Amino acid sequence: MKAVYGLYPDGQSAQQAVNRLRAAGLTDRDITVISAQPMEDFEFGRMDDSTWMWWFACLGGLIGMSVGLALSWYTATAWPMNVGGLPTFAWWPKLIILFEMTMLGAILATVITLVVSAIIPRKGQTLYDPEVTDGKILVGVEDPINVSLPAIETALSSPSGARVKRTF
Amino acid sequence: MTHPTGARINNDLIRPLLLTSWRFYLLVVFFGGFVVAGVIAWISQMYYGFGIAGLKWPIYWAFYVTNFVFWIGISHAGTLISAILRLVNAGWRRPVTRCAEVITVFALMIGALFPLIHLGRPWLAFWLFPYPSERLIWPNFRSPLVWDFFAINTYLTGSTLFLLLPMIPDFAVVRDKSTGLRHRIYRVLALGWRGTPKQWHRLESAMQIMAIAIIPVAVSVHTVVSFDFSMAPIPMWNTTIFGPYFVAGAIFSGIAGLLIAMAVLRKFLHLEDYIHPVHFENLGKLLLVMALLWGYFVFNERLVTYYGNGPAEMTVFWQTQRESFAPLYWTMVTCNFVLPVVLMGIRRFRTIAGCVIASFGVILGMWLERFLIIVPSLGHKYLPYSFGSYSPRPAEIVITGATFAAMALLYVLFAKFVPIISIWELKAGEHPSPALIPPATAEHRLGELHL
Repeated sequence: MKAVYGLYPDGQSAQQAVNRLRAAGLTDRDITVISAQPMEDFEFGRMDDSTWMWWFACLGGLIGMSVGLALSWYTATAWPMNVGGLPTFAWWPKLIILFEMTMLGAILATVITLVVSAIIPRKGQTLYDPEVTDGKILVGVEDPINVSLPAIETALSSPSGARVKRTF
Repeated sequence: MTHPTGARINNDLIRPLLLTSWRFYLLVVFFGGFVVAGVIAWISQMYYGFGIAGLKWPIYWAFYVTNFVFWIGISHAGTLISAILRLVNAGWRRPVTRCAEVITVFALMIGALFPLIHLGRPWLAFWLFPYPSERLIWPNFRSPLVWDFFAINTYLTGSTLFLLLPMIPDFAVVRDKSTGLRHRIYRVLALGWRGTPKQWHRLESAMQIMAIAIIPVAVSVHTVVSFDFSMAPIPMWNTTIFGPYFVAGAIFSGIAGLLIAMAVLRKFLHLEDYIHPVHFENLGKLLLVMALLWGYFVFNERLVTYYGNGPAEMTVFWQTQRESFAPLYWTMVTCNFVLPVVLMGIRRFRTIAGCVIASFGVILGMWLERFLIIVPSLGHKYLPYSFGSYSPRPAEIVITGATFAAMALLYVLFAKFVPIISIWELKAGEHPSPALIPPATAEHRLGELHL
């Protein structure tokens, strides 16, 4: 992987680097930002923040509820037992199981969505520098194609405190 | 009081993972010894049978079910409190949440062990499972015990994931700060975490959704545990107040457990710069509120029983008020109400030491409460021929003690291998420049929120 990136001491200089990369013709999809904590005080920290996670959680909840309904209906009818005159399939005791399974479905769907959409590494997206852990903010470009390397390096080195590195 | 910077946060919170003192081994051996004693007692019980335990007709639910309910209650410390504080965006939660979430997972694991211990022959646990067999087992799927299974498993799964997800960025920090085998292990645990805005945003969204989902689940768990009792026609059990009464008691004991854990961690891991007196004060106020709520529920339960004046209920009632169980009952009231209300109600006593003393009282009091719900009622059912008495035997006492040691041991081991305070959440509480802080997030700053 070819990459050029800068390490910045604070969010303001990282934001300047992102702005200059945009000005150099790069889109947000081309820019990689890595930090040791959420940077929602800055605009770059809110890049790519649209997500379907809430909808997937609802879908997971619906699937969980359906499984709970099927399970409770099957067990009640497969082992029919007269308990105090309750109907074979009694809604009140089953509501608890439906509720628990709905919530379990929503929780599992949320975690699966998180893992699939954000944690499993994408091919070619491996840029990282351990200095991020010490508080540096990494702004870089992986496999630059459309914009020349000197232009990217100029943009990355402009903000104060920047240290620019190459991985090739 | 100082506000640590990012690099110092890394160093302070990773230090216990990278350096091991003799005190760690001493604690492991100490608590491990009790756990081994508990395992030996359990094996003895399996070998010799329930005869060596105090369980006999008509009181088959005694110490073990008391422990089951107690530990499920303690589990409410973590995920529920953490989820509520996360949703209301309380800035002071940051150093507290992981300490709390760990309690939930371990307490649930220990609590869920007691039905197995209570089986006598746990290797035949599969007899409880509903599968077609020639033995004509007809399980009752409308039993509250089935609800227990679903509720506890949902809560355990949700709480474990709620604990694990925010640990991923911290594993990445340890990965970057370690070498050799430790580096390789934490690289696997970090799941390739880098810290892109997309990852941070997805993680926070996931935590938000899980916090919303886990709160009703936590309430349902202890409500369902209360249904194990209130659905049965036993004197003093068959009451509508048990659901909220149990939930309030669970949160109450959970907060007490959390306060003790925080004080121990603060002392032993030197986390004075992270776990501040304000955290104890805020949680102490919560403990006070729950003590008052607990008193309100107990008053309700007792008054309604007294005015109902049913013969069977009154037999149990007087057993606890002025007969054989009265000493335990009034100890419970002192520990659960008098002690926390005095210590947490008077500002000058709401110190770390005051919180710890009140919390130990609450832990003892809440264990007694579970015991007093179970044993007097089972020993005094409707007809005198079914009256009986109970006194615990050494096997039960050792197993009960061992579970407290197991909790401490698991906590010590966890704190050795995982940063006990969420590093990234603590850093997120720091803001780069006051000019850049939007008004809505100004309260995030560590330790500055005053209730």
